[in-house]
Parts: sequence; C-alpha cells; structure tokens
Amino acid sequence: MRMQDLFKEKTIYTVAEITRNIREILEDSFPQVWIKGEVSTLRIPQSGHMYFTLKDEKAQLKCVFFKNASMRLDFKLEEGMECVCSGRISLYDQSGQYQLYVNSVEPLGKGSLQLAYEQLKKKLAAEGLFDPAHKRVMPFLPRKIGIVTSSTGAAIRDILQVINRRYANVHIIIRPCLVQGKTAALDIAQAIEELNSFKDIDVIIVGRGGGSLEDLWAFNEEPVARAVYNSQIPIISAVGHEIDFTICDFVADLRAPTPSAAAELVVQEKEQLVLAVESMAKRLTEAVVQKLKLGQMRFSHLMKSYALRRPQVIVEQYQQNLDNLDKRLKIGILNVLDAKNTRFKTLTNLESGMSRLLKTKQSHLAQISARLLNLNPLAILSRGYSVTYLCSEKKALKSVQGLKKGDMLETKLDKGVIISQVEECRK
Amino acid sequence: MKELSFEQALKNLEKIAEDLESEDISLDVSLKNYEEGMKLIAVCNKKLQEAKKKVDILVKKDGKKLELESFDEQKLEAE
Repeated sequence: MRMQDLFKEKTIYTVAEITRNIREILEDSFPQVWIKGEVSTLRIPQSGHMYFTLKDEKAQLKCVFFKNASMRLDFKLEEGMECVCSGRISLYDQSGQYQLYVNSVEPLGKGSLQLAYEQLKKKLAAEGLFDPAHKRVMPFLPRKIGIVTSSTGAAIRDILQVINRRYANVHIIIRPCLVQGKTAALDIAQAIEELNSFKDIDVIIVGRGGGSLEDLWAFNEEPVARAVYNSQIPIISAVGHEIDFTICDFVADLRAPTPSAAAELVVQEKEQLVLAVESMAKRLTEAVVQKLKLGQMRFSHLMKSYALRRPQVIVEQYQQNLDNLDKRLKIGILNVLDAKNTRFKTLTNLESGMSRLLKTKQSHLAQISARLLNLNPLAILSRGYSVTYLCSEKKALKSVQGLKKGDMLETKLDKGVIISQVEECRK
Repeated sequence: MKELSFEQALKNLEKIAEDLESEDISLDVSLKNYEEGMKLIAVCNKKLQEAKKKVDILVKKDGKKLELESFDEQKLEAE
C-alpha cells in the first residue's frame, strides 16, 4: 500500500469538528443524569451563574449551574455539601472541558426546605433578629388588634371566636393575605407593613392554621422575618404546629402554637379583669373602714381623757394661777410700791399675756373637737357596720379578750341599739 | 386627671391599697387616698365597658389607597 492511499482512508477533523462530535455523543448519551458527590471549589461571579466541582474520593466533575436554574434553589449551595445534582452532560467547546449542566440540586440526607430553614435561621440569628432584647411588650388591654391571615381560613374564624368569647369590645382589623404559595411571603410582609400605618393598633397576630412544612413555608422566608422584626407594633406569631418553630415564631415578640392560642394570649379574659377591679374596690373599702375604726377608737379614748372630759379644769387652773399672780402682785405693790413701779408694769403685761394664752388654748381645743366630729366615724354605720360596747364599760370592743359568758353587750347600729348577752367567746 | 391606661390605673390602685393598709398614714390622708382609689376604679370600669366591638377588613382601593370595610362574620360562620 502506498503512503498516499493510507492518508486517503483517514478522516482528518479540525479540533472544532471533533469537539462538536464528542459533544453530540455526550449529549445523546447523557441527556438527564443524577450524580451524587461533594460540592467543592464553588465560584459565583458577577453573572450570578454558579461554577463548582462535584467530587468523590476517586474522581471530579466540573459543573455549571446557570442563574435561571440556580435562583429556584430554596437553600444556599455551600462547599463541602453532599448533594445530588441533576442535569445533562455536555462539553464546553472553547476549553474542551466536558461538564455537568445542572438543572437542580437536592441536598443529601435532608430535604432542601429543611436545609434552607436551618441556613436562614442561622443567618438571622447571627444578625440578632431573634434577640430577646428586641422583643416588645404585649399590651395589657388591647383596644385595636390587627390580624394578618387568610380571610377565609379556619385561623380567622378561630381567632374571632376566642375574642368574642373573651372580650367582645375590641376593634379588629383584618388584613387578608395569602398564606401559602410562592408569593405568600411577600404578601404577608406587605400586610404587616400596611397595618403598621395604623398607629393605634396595639398588637398584630400573624398566622395560619396547621399544614405541612411546604404549606407553612412562607412563614420561614426572609421577607416575613424582616417585616416582623421591623414592625413598630408588637407581633404574635401563630402558625399551626406541624413543625416546632417557624422563623416567624423566632422573630415575633410572642409565639403561640395556634391562632386560637394567640387570641387567648392577646386578650386577657374580661371576666378576670372585672373581678380584679371588684376585688380592688373591696380591698380599698376594707382598708379605709379599718382606718376609720381606728380613728373612732382614738376619738373615744380622747373623749375620755381628763382634759376633754372637763375642759374647764384647764381654765380653772389658769384662773387660779392668775388669782395667785394677782394676789402676789397686790402684795408686791403694797410692799414695794414706791421702788418697783417698773416691775408692776411688767406683771400687768404678764396678766394680759396669760389671758391671751388661755384664749388660744380654748380655741385650739374647739378646733380639735370639731375636726374629730367632722370625720364622723359613726357614719360608717350607715353602710352596715356596727359598734359593740360592753354595757358596763361603754368602751368599743376590739377583741373578745376579757369577755365572759353573761356579759351584757350593747351593739350600736345605724338605726337603733341591740342589747345582748354573751353566750360564748371564740378567738 | 390625665387619661390613664387600664394597666396603669390598676397599678396605681395597687399602690394606694398598699398605702391604705399600712399603719403609717393618717386618717386624713387615708380618706384622700380612698377617694382617689375610687376614682381609679371608676376609670377601670369605664375602660372595660367603653370600647365597642368592631371587625373591619383592610382593602386596597384602586390598587393604592388602603380602606377599612366592615367584615361580615356571619359569612365566615356559614363557610
């Protein structure tokens, strides 16, 4: 065979031609494959496309994850993550490199939603969105309550039922919103913002009834978390209890396991408040009655005192003093009339001073008596209280101490007096 | 008297009750405190009664303006 013939039988490709042929073979053979491995050398340039290598102990595979596909990912792809990538194998002509064109990625071991949840929770926790110091105080007696939920679901019905039962007179503003689906998170976030334009809303309940992790997903999304955090009005998160906590629960000022529980948390039972006020009124009255009784006791004590029983005694004493002075004065005048003119004058002044003092004392006494009478301790009798005296002593009884069977008692009521006899004393 | 919240009124009442129950204050002051306390009780009772129940729904008019409309609870029960 001649050299020429040898060459004739050979097909000579250009690099581009052979590359295209290989690419076609690859594309025909692997239009859709699932490959598991570990993500490494992840690169995300400005374009937003993701480039990484999928590897195991023995081999490596270049992967490209274009932005239009990768933006549908719930979680954030990270180096070291074990996952299953699906896509087609093809070849990038310019570099001659075959690679996996990724359509979607599923984390290995746990679901992508679970992973997304954990990633967002970690991120927001690091930013301080769950910080207890940021939590606002719940209002005690809210007058206006905002509710963010579906206007047709069981959640709104449950909330209204509880509020009707517990505390009917409250103003409720419902901002209906989607509670599941792709656009729900943004709708919920906007609803919270809109209710914040009402400055007089005391508290907002954000929630929905129970459901699967997918159903509740909106409450695990960042826009909802941010809106809850930024709200000026305290927020109670009330998402059904399928999973332990939603991200919304963590950010909210208070978390309730269900919408009805949220309603119960937000409105104290009215009955309890009414009772609290009633018992407070009773407590005040009892305390003041006690004080009045004490005042009455002091009053009767004072009435029995020497000075009050016989005010004249004081007057008489002063008069006697004056007489003495008068007498002494006269003796003094007789004795030292010539020499002590000046002293006489002084003593005269003293006498008028004494009269003034006497007058002051008298009017002071009158004032005290009048004040005590004004307090009118017996007035409480008209409210059903009574005072009991021991007949023999005419002293209001405070204790059974010293009482014996057979002692006669006098009980003074508002109208009338009861005379009774002691049968038995108990302490 | 300045408009007090229910909570604040109840807190003030607690303080007044404690004062009244203490031995240290005079009858005169007690009576004044009692009067003040009774006023606060009236405030509390008023707060418990005054508000009226209302359920509104927030709607967007012409895609922009927020407005309140009355919400029909009966309709909800029927569903």
